[in-house]
Amino acid sequence: MGWDEAAVDERAQAFLADHDPAKMERLDFLRARFDAGLAWVHFPEGLGGLGAARGLQAVVERRFRGTPDNNPGLITIGLGMAAPTILAFGTDEQRQRFLRPLWTGEEVWCQLFSEPGAGSDLATLATRAVREGDEWVVDGQKVWTSGAHHSRWAILVARTDPDVPKHRGLSYFVCDMEAPGVEVRPLRQITGEAEFNEVFLTGVRLPDSLRLGEVGDGWRVAQTTLMNERVAIGGTPTRRTMIGLLSETWRERPELRTHALHQRLLKLWVDAEVMRLTATRLREQLAAGHPGPEGSGMKLAFARLNQELTGLEVELLREDGLAYDDWAFRRSDSVDFLGRGSGYRYLRAKGNSIEGGTSEILRNIIAERVLGLPSEPRVDKDVAWKDLPR
Amino acid sequence: MSEEAHSPMTLLYTEVEEELRAAVRGLLSGRSSPSAVLAHVESAASDAAVPYDLEVWKALGRDIGAAGLLIPEDLGGAGASAREAAVVLEELGRAVAPVPYLSSAVLATRALLGAQDEAARDLLGRLASGEVTAALAVSFAASPYTPPLPAVTLGADGTLTGRVTGVIGAEVADVLIVPVSVEGSGPALYAVDASEARIKTVASLDLTRPIATVSFSGARGRPVGSAAGVGDALLLAAGLLASEQLGVAEWCLTTTVAYVKERKQFARPVGSFQAIKHRLADLWLEIVGARAAARNAAALLGAGEDAHVAVAVAQAHCGVAAVHAAEECVQLHGGIGMTWEHPAHLYLKRAKADEIALGTPGDHREALAMLADLPGPVS
Repeated sequence: MGWDEAAVDERAQAFLADHDPAKMERLDFLRARFDAGLAWVHFPEGLGGLGAARGLQAVVERRFRGTPDNNPGLITIGLGMAAPTILAFGTDEQRQRFLRPLWTGEEVWCQLFSEPGAGSDLATLATRAVREGDEWVVDGQKVWTSGAHHSRWAILVARTDPDVPKHRGLSYFVCDMEAPGVEVRPLRQITGEAEFNEVFLTGVRLPDSLRLGEVGDGWRVAQTTLMNERVAIGGTPTRRTMIGLLSETWRERPELRTHALHQRLLKLWVDAEVMRLTATRLREQLAAGHPGPEGSGMKLAFARLNQELTGLEVELLREDGLAYDDWAFRRSDSVDFLGRGSGYRYLRAKGNSIEGGTSEILRNIIAERVLGLPSEPRVDKDVAWKDLPR
Repeated sequence: MSEEAHSPMTLLYTEVEEELRAAVRGLLSGRSSPSAVLAHVESAASDAAVPYDLEVWKALGRDIGAAGLLIPEDLGGAGASAREAAVVLEELGRAVAPVPYLSSAVLATRALLGAQDEAARDLLGRLASGEVTAALAVSFAASPYTPPLPAVTLGADGTLTGRVTGVIGAEVADVLIVPVSVEGSGPALYAVDASEARIKTVASLDLTRPIATVSFSGARGRPVGSAAGVGDALLLAAGLLASEQLGVAEWCLTTTVAYVKERKQFARPVGSFQAIKHRLADLWLEIVGARAAARNAAALLGAGEDAHVAVAVAQAHCGVAAVHAAEECVQLHGGIGMTWEHPAHLYLKRAKADEIALGTPGDHREALAMLADLPGPVS
């Protein structure tokens, strides 16, 4: 049937009438919600959805406000990256096996893509998967993996054929993070803490039933995942902002003001306001059904602005800027950016122009896809991966 | 369709605005291409005539009706808003069109709208029809935050005397709108026939919108009301100038992108080098921001809301963006960008003059210190 707002709303109300979250176990409630097609309405029926328009999810969320949630902050990679990829490329069995516990949060997912030798040039990655009968044996090292230490599964790209050019020899797998040979180590970063991990894969045996998509088609499958990552990193507007925080400090501490800092603050205030208006305009375009290319630029603009603002804040604070709140080496699962000290903010913001596509790569994307400029000559295009210099 | 898509505050372009844009662009692409503008400017430079293209101005003002956009319908205008005027200015900027739109249909018109007297209403009707062109006798370098005191005084015999520098559009105006200081009362606005003034065009940085010195010596004029609207005229024009700057910047980006795709050095298009691509990607992003800021200023001005912050933000950003775009245009064209023959210099000259006009980016940032409660050091 075709779902409209009223029908979805009615279904959500009917579900809540039959399932009182106060009288149910949290997980039972979430499983029942999934089975009723009210997890993600744009997914197909039987897989937590109704086959409805994506926009109708907001109707469901309104009804379910205040009910137990699946802790979306901790399962963003599962929700944002693994799920759409499994839906697009998984077999029926894989979809049935993975999507429900992914959505309820019973099974956490992480992403095994980047490697020490493959960052912006992801397609040159070196982790090998070699077929042995019905299994694949995986060896290699992955990096910048958030949540690996409490993940049950990972999405993994590995090289299955080194004799063809780099993009063609990749395959995409679901990696069992509990399999022997998987070792997770926290990766301490310049802020002192560890938001991410290194993952070492040594003789890890994965059944062929964990492969997503065809052998050799891993690059195409990974594109689906990465498109969803940029959407996730570019999006969410927050109420409290870095320019707001800096402006408050400026107003509250007149003794710190200088003419030179004043000029910079006013310029950055304008930049922040222009970015806010650009984002507002972009949302209007999306709402009107005309998504513009402006989206590609938002992450680039945000990274630059956040870095300039945090740099100015440390300098403004003078002696307080010489202090650092906490260098302790600990795992942190979420970043409390505005809650930490100015030194933390300054250092953490350095990652904004690296994570999820460096600013340099984003400029290439804008130049080539928006402005239509030619790409650089590719020296690695028709060369077998094993023959590439490295 | 969502409600906000039709709201007067939308940052998108409405269908009506797009139709107006198409009409203006159609006119200019046929009759005011950059090479035609250059030829026009050249003939003006050689015989000391003005560079304005009055045929194009007539078609724009009368036939398309742009002259009366900001004038209410009961005075014979179109009763449109700053949003529509902004779209016209985007297109005029894109073409560096030498027409007195900003000087007559924005600055002089808005000053008259604040003057109230019957004489002002009568003049507005003739401005709306495009029958008369006006210019506001205030320096183009005036800032809306510190409007200059009137430089013209009313004599005991009722005539006007004084000298105003840096005026745009005076050479082609039929009537000058002059703020006059009157002893014993507030500044008044006078309408003075151009034949009563001495108008001397100065060799100007901007070839397509020169400045002039306007002198009055015992000139006869008609009082048209209060000069209270002059500050509002400067604020409105500053906000709308952001849209002209957007148009200038867009032409520069589009033209440069097209050129670096064609131009080959080292056996490849220069646009395939990352050093060039990254600069153009940054410029594109700056212009995306300029569009949002300019639209926001036009929307608030059009809705009659407090637009001070929006105008200051738009001017602080768009003034810089247009200059940056024009400078990149010259640089990335290499040697040809430095020639008189290529129109890039018309845009650089316009952009740099616009940066100074109606408050510099620094003036607008300084205004935000007050408007956004970010006070300077306590000295």
